[in-house]
Amino acid sequence: MTRFSWQRWLGIMIKEFTQLRRDRLTFGMIVGIPVVQLMLFGFAINSDPKHMPTAVVMAEPGPFARDYLAAMQNSGYFDIAGSVDERQAERLLDMGEVQFVVTFPPGFQRDLLRGPPPVLLVQADATDPMALGGAISVLNHLGREVFAADLPGRSVPATPAVELRIQKRYNPEGITAYNVVPGLLGVILTMTMVLMTGLAMTRERERGTFENLLATPATAFEVMTGKIVPYILIGLLQVTLILLAARWVFGVPMLGSLVLLYGVVLLFICANLVLGITFSSLARNQLQAMQMTFFFFLPSMLLSGFMFPFRGMPAWAQDVGSLLPLTHFLILVRGILLKGNAITLLWPHVWPIVLFMLAVLAVGVKTFRKTLD
Amino acid sequence: MSEEDLVIDVRGLNKHFGDKHVVRDLALQVRRGEIFGFLGPNGSGKTTSIRMLCGLLTPDSGAGQCLGLDVLQDSSAIKRQVGYMTQRFSLWEDLTIRENLDFVGRMFGMADRRQAVDNTLRELGLLERQQQLAGTLSGGWKQRLALASCLLHRPRLLLLDEPTAGVDPKARRDFWEEIHRLSAAGITVLVSTHYMDEAERCHRLAYIADGELLASGTASEVVAAQQLFTWRITGPLLQGLAERLGQLPGVELVASFGTALHVSGQDSTLLQHSLSQALAGSELAMQQLEPSLEDAFIHLMHYRRRQPGATP
Ligand SMILES: Nc1ncnc2c1ncn2[C@@H]1O[C@H](COP(=O)(O)OP(=O)(O)OP(=O)(O)O)[C@@H](O)[C@H]1O
Ligand SMILES: [Mg+2]
Repeated sequence: MTRFSWQRWLGIMIKEFTQLRRDRLTFGMIVGIPVVQLMLFGFAINSDPKHMPTAVVMAEPGPFARDYLAAMQNSGYFDIAGSVDERQAERLLDMGEVQFVVTFPPGFQRDLLRGPPPVLLVQADATDPMALGGAISVLNHLGREVFAADLPGRSVPATPAVELRIQKRYNPEGITAYNVVPGLLGVILTMTMVLMTGLAMTRERERGTFENLLATPATAFEVMTGKIVPYILIGLLQVTLILLAARWVFGVPMLGSLVLLYGVVLLFICANLVLGITFSSLARNQLQAMQMTFFFFLPSMLLSGFMFPFRGMPAWAQDVGSLLPLTHFLILVRGILLKGNAITLLWPHVWPIVLFMLAVLAVGVKTFRKTLD
Repeated sequence: MSEEDLVIDVRGLNKHFGDKHVVRDLALQVRRGEIFGFLGPNGSGKTTSIRMLCGLLTPDSGAGQCLGLDVLQDSSAIKRQVGYMTQRFSLWEDLTIRENLDFVGRMFGMADRRQAVDNTLRELGLLERQQQLAGTLSGGWKQRLALASCLLHRPRLLLLDEPTAGVDPKARRDFWEEIHRLSAAGITVLVSTHYMDEAERCHRLAYIADGELLASGTASEVVAAQQLFTWRITGPLLQGLAERLGQLPGVELVASFGTALHVSGQDSTLLQHSLSQALAGSELAMQQLEPSLEDAFIHLMHYRRRQPGATP
C-alpha cells in the first residue's frame, strides 16, 4: 500500500483547477444554474397572486354575509364567483376551478348578533401553498374588522366576531415561501455537485487519459479526494450567490449563525461530491454517470420534503427519504435560517449526512479500478 | 547470464477478456540496457502484454519479475521505475506541455520537479512550445511530449507501445537516435512496433501472434530459425506473375516489390525446381538472397494460420 502523498494530492487538485478554468461550458454552468433557478423560483417566492376565484356556499343570505363578501372582494385577493351548493363547491375545488370555497353556516346572522361566534369555514386549494399566504392573512384581518361598525356591543380587539376555520386542502403542511430558499440551496448543490464530479473520472476514462493516470503511483484515495476539492470551492461560491440573492432580492430572513450555516453547507457539499466521484468510478462512460446522477436526483427532489411535505408522505417514502442527505440538509438549513437553531438542536440531522458520506466513500475507494481490467 | 541482468523475466502470463484468450503462456526475458522489439500483427496482444508488465492489467495466471519486483504483488513499486508510453496519446489535451509535465512530476513525487521539467523540455526541444495546449500539437510533437513525460521521472525501464505510429521519417529517426542514447545510458527499452526498419534497430526481438510467442532472439536468429529460402525475381512484365507463382509447389510466400518479386519457401530443392521450370524461356532472372525479417514475419503469420486448432 502506498502512503498518502500531499504532493500528489496537490498535483491532482491543481490539474483539476487548470482544466476547469479552460472548460468554459462547465464554468458557465456553475454560475448559470444557480442564477437561472433563482430567477425561476425567485418569481415564485415573490408571487402574491390576487383575484383568486372563490365560490360561496351560503345557507341563508343576509346583510352581514353580503358585507363580508364585499370586504373580501375589496381586498383584491378574492374574486367571488357566485353561490353554489356544497357538492358543487367540492367539485369546483377538485377541478381547480376555484382556489377558495367560503361556507357560511346556517344561522350565521343570528349567531353573529347573539350566540357564540359563528364558524366561517374557508377551504383552500393549497396545492400551490405559496399562492395562499397573502389571502389568508387578509381573511384573518377581515374577521375582526368587517362587523366592528355593525356590532357595537362586542369589543372589537378582544374576540373576533367570527371564528375563522381555514382548511388547507391537498397540501396540509403548506410550505411557506421562505422554505424555497433552503430547498433551492439543496437542490442546486445536489444537481451540480453530483453531476460535475460524476463526469470527472469518466471523462478521464473516455479520453484515454485514465491509462496515464493509472501508470503513475497515485492512489485511489488521492485521486478521488484531490478531484473533489476544486468543486468544494465551486459549491461554496454557488451557495454564496444564492444566499446573497435570498437576502437582498427576496428578503428571506436569516436568523441563525452564518458560520453554522456554512458548516452545514460544507458537509452537504462533501457528501454530494463523494457520491458523484463514486458514480464516476462505477460508470463506464459519461452517459452512465449522467444517468446515475438523475437516478439519484429524482428521489432527492421527490422524497426529501422539497417537493412534497415530508410528514405527508407514507412511511416507506419517509424511510427512503431519511437516507438522503437532502432531507436532512433541508431541515438543517430551515432550522438555521428561519428558526435560528443552534448546533445542539441540529446534531440529529448532521450525523446521518456524515454516515451517508462515509459509506459512499468506502464504496468509492473500494470500487475505484486501479487497473484497466 | 545472471538473474541480475534480466530487467524483465516473466513466465506463463495469461490474459482472458471474457472467453477470449488474448495472451497465452507468454514468456519474456529482457536484459539490462537492451532495446527489445515487440512485434506481432494487429490484435495479437502486444498492448495487453505491456499493460500486464506495468501493472495496468492483472494477469489471470503467470509469474515473474520486472526490475526485480514481483509483477503480481508490487505493481505500485514497479510503476515508480517504469516509463510507459501508451499506444494512443493519453496526456491531457487541455493542459499545456509544461502543465502536463508538471503534473506527471508531482505524481511521481519528484523533489526537484521544476529542474527536471526544465531539463526534459530542453532535451526534447519542447522549450519554445511549453505553453502550447497538448491538444493543439501535431502527431509528431505529441509523440515527443509523450516520450518526455515518461522520461521525466528517470525510469530504469521504458515500455513504449507503438511510439512512432503516424510520425514522419525524420522524426522517427530522431526518436530512434534518442532511444539508442537512452539505451547507452543503461535504460532498458521494450518497444512494440509494426515497422521492419525499427525492428532491425532493436538488439533483440520477440514476435507474437494470437497471444502466443512464436519467435524471439536477435533479428538474424529470428530469420534463421524460420529456415526460409528466398529468391528474388527481376525482369519485365512482373504483373500477374505473383499469383501464378503462388500456386507452385514449394512456394509459400510471394511478396511484390516495385521491380522485383520475393518468393520464399522452406523446401529449398522443391522451390528452386518449381521456379526454374516456371521461368524457363522467359526474360526473367532469378537470384537467391538472404530472407529478410519481413519475409520471416510474414512466414510466421502464415505458419500460424495453418496450425491446427489455432484460433484466428
Ligand atoms: N479491455 C478489453 N476488453 C476486451 N477485449 C480487449 C480489451 N483490450 C484488448 N482486447 C482484445 O485483446 C486482443 C489483443 O489486443 P491488443 O490491444 O493487446 O493487441 P495489439 O497487439 O496491441 O494490437 P495493435 O497492434 O492493433 O495495437 C484484441 O483482440 C482486442 O480486441
Ligand atoms: Mg496495441
